[in-house]
Amino acid sequence: MTNSTTMSFGKRVKQYFQDKRGKKSAVKRYTRSTAGNITLVLFLVLGGLFSMLPLIYCVCTSLKPLDELLIFPPRFFVHRPTIGNYTILPDLMASLRVPLSRYIFNSVVISFITTFIYIYIALMAAYSISKATFKGRKTIFWIVQFALMFNTYTLAVPQYLIFSNLKLLDTYWIYILPPMASTMGVFLGKQYIEGYVPDALLEAAKIDGANQFKVFWSIVMPTIKPIWLTLLLFTFRDIWQTVPGGKIFSEELKILPQVVTQITAGGVARSGSAMAVTCIMMIPPILVFLVSQSSVAESMSSAGIKE
Amino acid sequence: MFKNKNSDVAVMPAASKKLSKASKDKILTEHIPMIIMLAPFLIFFFVFTILPILSSIVLSFTSFDMISSPKFIGIDNYRRMIVEDATFGTTARNTLVFAIIAGPLGFLLSFVLAWFVNEFEPKTRAVLSFMFYAPSLVGNAYFIWKVAFAGDSYGYINSLLLSIGVITEPIQYLKTESYLMPIIIVVQLWQSMGVSFLSNISGLQNVSRDMYEAGAIDGIRNRWQELRYITLPAMQPMLLFSAVMQIQASFSASTLMIELAGYPSKGYAVDTIVSLMTDMATVRYELGYACAMSVVLFIMMVAARLLVGKILKMFEK
Repeated sequence: MTNSTTMSFGKRVKQYFQDKRGKKSAVKRYTRSTAGNITLVLFLVLGGLFSMLPLIYCVCTSLKPLDELLIFPPRFFVHRPTIGNYTILPDLMASLRVPLSRYIFNSVVISFITTFIYIYIALMAAYSISKATFKGRKTIFWIVQFALMFNTYTLAVPQYLIFSNLKLLDTYWIYILPPMASTMGVFLGKQYIEGYVPDALLEAAKIDGANQFKVFWSIVMPTIKPIWLTLLLFTFRDIWQTVPGGKIFSEELKILPQVVTQITAGGVARSGSAMAVTCIMMIPPILVFLVSQSSVAESMSSAGIKE
Repeated sequence: MFKNKNSDVAVMPAASKKLSKASKDKILTEHIPMIIMLAPFLIFFFVFTILPILSSIVLSFTSFDMISSPKFIGIDNYRRMIVEDATFGTTARNTLVFAIIAGPLGFLLSFVLAWFVNEFEPKTRAVLSFMFYAPSLVGNAYFIWKVAFAGDSYGYINSLLLSIGVITEPIQYLKTESYLMPIIIVVQLWQSMGVSFLSNISGLQNVSRDMYEAGAIDGIRNRWQELRYITLPAMQPMLLFSAVMQIQASFSASTLMIELAGYPSKGYAVDTIVSLMTDMATVRYELGYACAMSVVLFIMMVAARLLVGKILKMFEK
């Protein structure tokens, strides 16, 4: 940091990130051999394609006409693609008592709101656990870490009782509250902040008179951008896919995954449409992935933090 | 910081006064905001995680069928598990074998792939991470392996082998004891590129390029030395996170086994503690016994976590 005494707080934060971005041009690695690079590319492309199999399979199957779904020997790829499996979906959904738009609205609103609140709460807690000096924070961290390992399966019954005592059954809170208790984000955030946010940076801001909340919002959050973008993806994906079993009874409060299973319960004849629905359901998590990972790459492609 | 108005007063009391004011300041400006920031999470964590965990531990000392109220039976559940129940022994062995093989391999694979992918320019990196993250995006992606390994001639692998004449009749992959564990481990590795992989990638973004440049000047010649002396030490926090996630995933795996091999699987070859626990809780309504199993599993995972912590310490600096 240059001129730490003369610059204002805001200017210094700006300067700090400019310093970081400035290093983007220095992308030269002295320790790489060409042979190594070629092996690497081959390996990654093959491995990547192998990983993509289920995605390709879903898309192919969703485009298969009925006779190709039943053909022998089975074919992985589609020969005469049709969008029939997609165009039939509105008819399949027409018989729903609650309009489809309500489910979509529920899913989208719940997933986004919950994700953003969770990221804020979890990273604040992570910052507190990793940088605070009060007694007991280490104990709290161990408890958080160990709680992550307790199998969630047997927790379902006690959780149900808690919800019913708090009179939360069959409300939106069923979707929003449980993810807030998730320990993964706090653990991830704590590891990242402890490893990559130097104390010197925080001290400098405090001497300038910034309070803890300001330090968190304008110093810590930008510095740990890769991790909150990644956490955004994990949290969104989980909430988007998870169905809270047996705690929601009103049709108006249900979300997309619940209605999807109703549509697709129709045997082989519907398996094409089932795949079409699966493909549509994958779109939002994929969009969140693309947005979050491309911002990670843009913002932090250069160096880490110098002390 | 300190207002020295009464500098002419005796030195000792003034100093102690300042000190107490300083520590009060510290409490006001540092501790209290930090506690306020921690509080929202802690409240949710306590109500929705800690309370249920504590009640599961209490329930593990009872006989509870979810209809009548729990009856205290001391350590009977634990005695039954260890002395009487042969199935528990089998599932515990399967869980350990699976965790010891799939856990470390998944950990290594997610680091190595992240390290490789991180070598590329941002755009290429995004495409490659998308490819490796795809199984997690699809959700329940193992269904493709169910189709691939299907025992009739409609299974992709059987129909392929039949058509090129390697085999003459379809093999029941998912109904043959000796095939099951290897198949499950491979599928687990293939789908384990989720959380650990992406968190490793974001960790690698913050390993300073200055450190690599300085390393090159200091005589680091190839990517292996760079890995050992720069990347691994700098990646400690993320590696610990990823190790804990792998412990969690490998010890509590069960969905994959139940979906691919059914429950009980042929010869109990891939039934895990969690499979048995699910069966106890949902089919036989023995929740007290299921809770006792989850406590034992928890103890196994904590032991694994402590061991892994010791191993990772050896790579520090």
